[in-house]
Amino acid sequence: MADDTISTKELIKEENLVYKKSKILTDNEFHYCPGCGHSTTHRIIAEIIEEMGIQSETIGVAPVGCSVFMYNYMDVDMQEAAHGRAPAVATAIKRLLPEKYVFTYQGDGDLAAIGTAETIHACNRGENITMIFINNGIYGMTGGQMAPTTLVGMKSSTTPYGREVSLMGNPIKMTDIIVNLPGTYFVSRQSVHTPANVRKTKKAIRKAFEYQALNKGTCFVEVVSNCPSGWKMNPVDSNKWMADNMLPFYPLGDMKVPEDQD
Amino acid sequence: MEEFVLMKGNEAIAEAAIRAGTDGYFGYPITPQSEVIEYLAAAKPHERTGMVLLQAESEVAAINMLYGGAGAGKKVMTSSSSPGISLMQEGISYIAGSELPCLLVNVVRGGPGLGTIQPSQCDYFQSTKGGGHGDYNLIVLAPASVQEMADFVSLGFDLAFKYRNPVMILSDGAIGQMMEKVKFKPQQPRSKKSPDWATTGKTPDRERNIITSLDLDPARQERFNEKLQAKYKEICKKEVRYEKIKCDDAEYLFVAYGTSSRICQKSMQMAREEGIKVGLFRPITLWPFPYNEIREMTGQLKGILSVEMSAGQMVEDVRLAVEGKVKVNHYGRMGGIIPTPDEIVENLKQKIIGG
Ligand SMILES: Cc1ncc(C[n+]2csc(CCOP(=O)(O)OP(=O)(O)O)c2C)c(N)n1
Repeated sequence: MADDTISTKELIKEENLVYKKSKILTDNEFHYCPGCGHSTTHRIIAEIIEEMGIQSETIGVAPVGCSVFMYNYMDVDMQEAAHGRAPAVATAIKRLLPEKYVFTYQGDGDLAAIGTAETIHACNRGENITMIFINNGIYGMTGGQMAPTTLVGMKSSTTPYGREVSLMGNPIKMTDIIVNLPGTYFVSRQSVHTPANVRKTKKAIRKAFEYQALNKGTCFVEVVSNCPSGWKMNPVDSNKWMADNMLPFYPLGDMKVPEDQD
Repeated sequence: MEEFVLMKGNEAIAEAAIRAGTDGYFGYPITPQSEVIEYLAAAKPHERTGMVLLQAESEVAAINMLYGGAGAGKKVMTSSSSPGISLMQEGISYIAGSELPCLLVNVVRGGPGLGTIQPSQCDYFQSTKGGGHGDYNLIVLAPASVQEMADFVSLGFDLAFKYRNPVMILSDGAIGQMMEKVKFKPQQPRSKKSPDWATTGKTPDRERNIITSLDLDPARQERFNEKLQAKYKEICKKEVRYEKIKCDDAEYLFVAYGTSSRICQKSMQMAREEGIKVGLFRPITLWPFPYNEIREMTGQLKGILSVEMSAGQMVEDVRLAVEGKVKVNHYGRMGGIIPTPDEIVENLKQKIIGG
C-alpha cells in the first residue's frame, strides 16, 4: 500500500465517517437484488424513524411482494398484511392506537391492482397514516409479470411482446387518483435513482411522517423505482431506462402540499 | 340488577359487544345481520366506552382491519352473513396463521351464491372444517337463543384470547332476526393492558413484535403447523360444550344446533306424547365437536336423526362420532326453509324408527 493512501484506521475515525447504517435497520442482510430501489427506500424510512426518535411509537405494515420481509430489516413493530390489504390493516391499527405513527409500504401490484379498493378508501377516509408506494412497473416477487403500472409497450413475462393498450388498457397513475381525494393531506412522487433524488425522497417521506402528528389526513409518497431483475437489466442501465421511460409518464414532484406549508 | 329487555338476536350481539369492552367493530352491511352495525351506530359506542366503529368498504377490508386491530392486541370483531364470510376467508386464514384473537359472527343465510336472505345452516362445513386455506380451525359457537347471542360475545373473546385463535359465532337468520328477552352483563371496562406480543411500538425493554404468518423455511413452517395442531388438540380436550335434553331414558336422539335445536325441542315433546323416547343433543361448540359425548350415548340408542337446515353437513360429524355403532340419518330443509316440528317427527319415524 502506498504511503499516501489513507489507512483503514484513519478511515474509520468518527470525523471521516460520511455514512452510517441507521440503528433502526437490523443486522439482517437485505435479500433485495443489487441496485433495487426497495433497499434505498427501506434505508430512508429507517433513518427518518431514527432521526424523529419515534421507534417506540411506530408500527409498520409490510405488503405481499418483494418487500414482504421488510419486518426482518426494520427494528420496529410490524405486521405483514395480506396481498393488497395493508391500508385496511393500518386503518385499524391507527384508529385503535391513535397516538402512534403507522405506515404502510406497498408495491404497485399490491397497492394499485389487488388492493385498489383498500388504497382508495383509506385515502378517501383520510386515515392518518403514511403510505409509501414503490412503483417499479412490474410484479417483482412473482417473476416479472405485468403490473397495473407497466408502461405501454413494456415487456414483462405476461406481456412478452410488450403491453398492448387494446388488450390490457393503459398504465394506471394511482397517485394522480389519490391526489384528487380530499382525504389526502400530502401527496408526493419521488425516486431514488440518484443521490439528489434520494435526498428529495427523504424530505418527502419525512414530511409524510411528521404530518401524521397533525391528524389532517393521509400522507402518500410514491417512489418510482427500478427492478433490474424483472426488467432484465443491470442496475445502472435500469436506472437509466427508468429515467428515460418511467419518469416522463410518472413525473416527479410534490403533488399536494398543505396550503400553509407551501 | 339489570332487567330483561326484548331484543333481536343481532341487536343483542351489538349491545353485548359494547358491554364486553370490545375495542373495535369493523363490518360491511349484509342481510340478515345489518342490525348489528346499525345498532352500534345508533348506540354511540365511542361515547360509551371509546369503542371504535367503522363501516368498511368491503368484507375483505373489514377482515383485514380485524387482522390489524388484533395484531395491535385489541379486542376486535366483525359480523356478516354467508357471502360476506366467504369473502373474508383469506383474511381469516391469515389471522389463524398469525395466531391472533378475534370474534367473527356469521348470521347464516341460504346459499350457494347470492342464494336467499332467509335463514339456513348451510355454512357448517365452511365454519368447522377450515373455510380458508391451510390447516387451521376456528372455535365455533352455535347460539340457540337471543340470550346466547349476547352471552357468546364475551365467551368468544375469552376463548379467542386464551388460545390466540379466531372464534366464530355461527348463528342464522332466524336467531338474528327473532326477538326474545335477554339480560345483559354489566359494562366491562375496555382493557388498558396489551398482550406482550402485540404491535404497540417497540420500546427499549423488548424485542420488536412482528405479526406474520409467513415462514419460507419448510422445516420451521412444519414445526409451526405442529404447534398449531397441538393447540387445537388442547382446545378439543378442554372446550367442548353441549347441552343434553331428556337424554337419560332416550332410545332415539335428535342432534341439532341453533334454530334446528329449538324446533327439535317441540318435535321431542310431540314424539314423547306418542310414546317415542327421544332426546335432544345440542352441540354448542361445533368445533370442537362433541364426538366423545355423542359416542358415549351409543349404548342406549337405537338411532340418531341429525336435523339441520342444510343438505346434511353436521351429520358427517355425528357419523364419525358413533363409529358405525348406531344408525344415523339426516333430515334437513334448504334454501331458507325452516323445518316444522311435525315433519321432523315424521322423518324420525320414517328414516330411523321404521327404516
Ligand atoms: C391473494 C394473492 N394473490 C397473489 C399472490 C401472489 N403475489 C405475490 S407478490 C405479487 C405481486 C407483487 O408485486 P408488487 O406489488 O408490484 O411488488 P414487487 O414484488 O414488485 O415489489 C403477487 C401477484 C399472493 N401472494 N396473494
